[in-house]
Amino acid sequence: MMCRSAEQPDPQDTGGDATDVLFAALLEDSADELYESAPCGYLSALMDGTIAKINSTLLGWLSLDREAVVGRMRFTDLLTVGGKLYHETHFAPLLRMQGEISGIALDIKQSAGGRMPVLVSAAVKYGSTGQPLLTRTTVFDARDRRAYEEELLRRRDAAEEARKQAEADRARLQEALAVLQQSLLPDTLPPIPGVETAAHYHTASPDRLGGDFYDVFPLDGKRFAFFLGDVCGKGPQAAAVTSLTRYTLRAAALHDPDPVSALSTLNTVLHERYADSGDPRYCTAVFGTLGPDPTTGHVAVQLASGGHPPVLVLRADGTADFLPTPGGLLVGVVPGARFTTATTVLTPGDTLLLYTDGLTEARTGDDQSDRYGDEALRGFAVRHAGRPPDAVVQALTGLLHGFGDGLDDDTALLAIGVPATGPAPCDPATPD
Amino acid sequence: MDVVRRNNVTVVGNPEGPAVVLAHGFGCDQNMWRLTVPALVEDYRVVLFDYVGSGRAEPSAFSEKRYSSLSGYARDVVEVCEALDLRDAAFVGHSVSAMIGVVALGMAPERIGALVMVAPSPRYVDDDGYRGGFSADDIDELLASLESNYLGWSAAMAPMIMGNPDRPELDQELKNSFCATDPDMARVFARTTFLSDSRDDLKSVAVPTLVLECTQDVIAPREVGAFVHRTVPGSTLVTLDATGHCPHLSAPEATNAAITDFLAGLR
Repeated sequence: MMCRSAEQPDPQDTGGDATDVLFAALLEDSADELYESAPCGYLSALMDGTIAKINSTLLGWLSLDREAVVGRMRFTDLLTVGGKLYHETHFAPLLRMQGEISGIALDIKQSAGGRMPVLVSAAVKYGSTGQPLLTRTTVFDARDRRAYEEELLRRRDAAEEARKQAEADRARLQEALAVLQQSLLPDTLPPIPGVETAAHYHTASPDRLGGDFYDVFPLDGKRFAFFLGDVCGKGPQAAAVTSLTRYTLRAAALHDPDPVSALSTLNTVLHERYADSGDPRYCTAVFGTLGPDPTTGHVAVQLASGGHPPVLVLRADGTADFLPTPGGLLVGVVPGARFTTATTVLTPGDTLLLYTDGLTEARTGDDQSDRYGDEALRGFAVRHAGRPPDAVVQALTGLLHGFGDGLDDDTALLAIGVPATGPAPCDPATPD
Repeated sequence: MDVVRRNNVTVVGNPEGPAVVLAHGFGCDQNMWRLTVPALVEDYRVVLFDYVGSGRAEPSAFSEKRYSSLSGYARDVVEVCEALDLRDAAFVGHSVSAMIGVVALGMAPERIGALVMVAPSPRYVDDDGYRGGFSADDIDELLASLESNYLGWSAAMAPMIMGNPDRPELDQELKNSFCATDPDMARVFARTTFLSDSRDDLKSVAVPTLVLECTQDVIAPREVGAFVHRTVPGSTLVTLDATGHCPHLSAPEATNAAITDFLAGLR
């Protein structure tokens, strides 16, 4: 119990008396005293910056005497060089335009040579006709806050550094992926006498290794082999299968170029490698051989398909038809899988087109609910029948580009054709 | 990109009058000219714009490489002049913009017919026999200080500038504030400004030139104004009874009178 007095018998009233005492103490705290000893700096300056009034708190922070400041110094004289420039380029113009400004971070110089971070707010006082008379400025001690902000800045810089590092890592990874991807495809196709070839590879995403593959290579000086296929799945696991597939087919073909034999060897290798791994992997593929006949200019094609979409033959007469290979099984799923064979002969102006289902399954239509499909592809091929392989591939590349977002799978194209003009016939009149 | 949109170009005043281009300096944007425009609109076609990296210019157009030299900013000026097909325009540049105007004049002499330099400085750092007002250390401190100033500044401004969908009230606030600048772009402008040296360029200025200086200017002291006046052939120097670096804001009547007198003399 406190402050009970004899004049006030009712104990309930003693609280009011205590408040009165406190209020009296506050009232003795004159406006001058409040100004001088406020927990922030106060400063008033003429419009040219000359300091007209300053409180004791701010003088204490500056370690300056009132006489040295009032009428002698400008507000900018209290600032560091950087602060001065900031004041002139930001603070003063904004204050002039807005009439007030708040929360600006500046450093004030202390006479001992130190500097003190502060937050400054200011407002212009206007005369009765609207002319600016003076500037009132409030200065808050921001030492703790600035330290905290600098810590935040350090963290931000560290985060920025980490982000840059992550970007660099990502770029390196993409480069590595691109190199790996290159290793899965031939750099260039070998020249074949009397035959033209062209290929195109579209990767659905630069971040992912593709699962499509193709190749053309010589067999025995006369004949050449070619293949094109599609490994199930994407990414590194699919790429590993692609690599195994490519080199297995090349090796198998050198041993026995019969298309069924080559695919059967691949089937055995894939099945043995993956069937028991808990992660079965398989592919679809067309493998074939080319037998150019230098006397006729014709090229005999023998091929076999394991579950792959049928190849298209574009004829010099402007027709195009699928070369059906029904019933061939996926390569690598079951031991002893059967593959379907087909043969054809390419004469001058004919082109054989191999492709993966990224092309025929591209989504089309306004809402991309349709698939491009076999018939549309055949129709497209008819329009380009009779043209050389690179023109056909170029046209198809344009078609793929036109699918835009609708093309969401990897796509490989390989075209093999006999030039329409054919090799120049031997002229018996020419010696040699 | 459309230059008019890119540089937030505003055209006001008399469409039949001679063109006057008002170019802001480092630290603000075309709002700096709010007290100058009323004095010009009756007689002149007044063109205002924001440099890329300042004000409401298109932020995506910013390139640190381009804007690391005054010529990058001068290209903004030339491209704005080309977009509006200005010829012999009077170019009024505040602070570093006065030097940007000189560079732009060299690039496209047919576009600029007169220069008004408001508080110009061709070099801020003291050099052998030249006093720009700052030591190299001062400028280093300024750049470091800008960093920390922008820290406090960006605490208030950056969330608005960067677009903060969680705090739509900040975007609203931005619409009502002047001179909002992305701190990273402002740092580039600061370096370009305070490390530039355009003293040699002044000699080749061959158009009527008015140099406006203030009696008390921390950034462009009077001896710098005298140097510019001495170096630009045939230039006129007017010393305004004004304090600070922005006489067009602190002493608008005197500044406007000097500019309009000079422009009237060109006609």
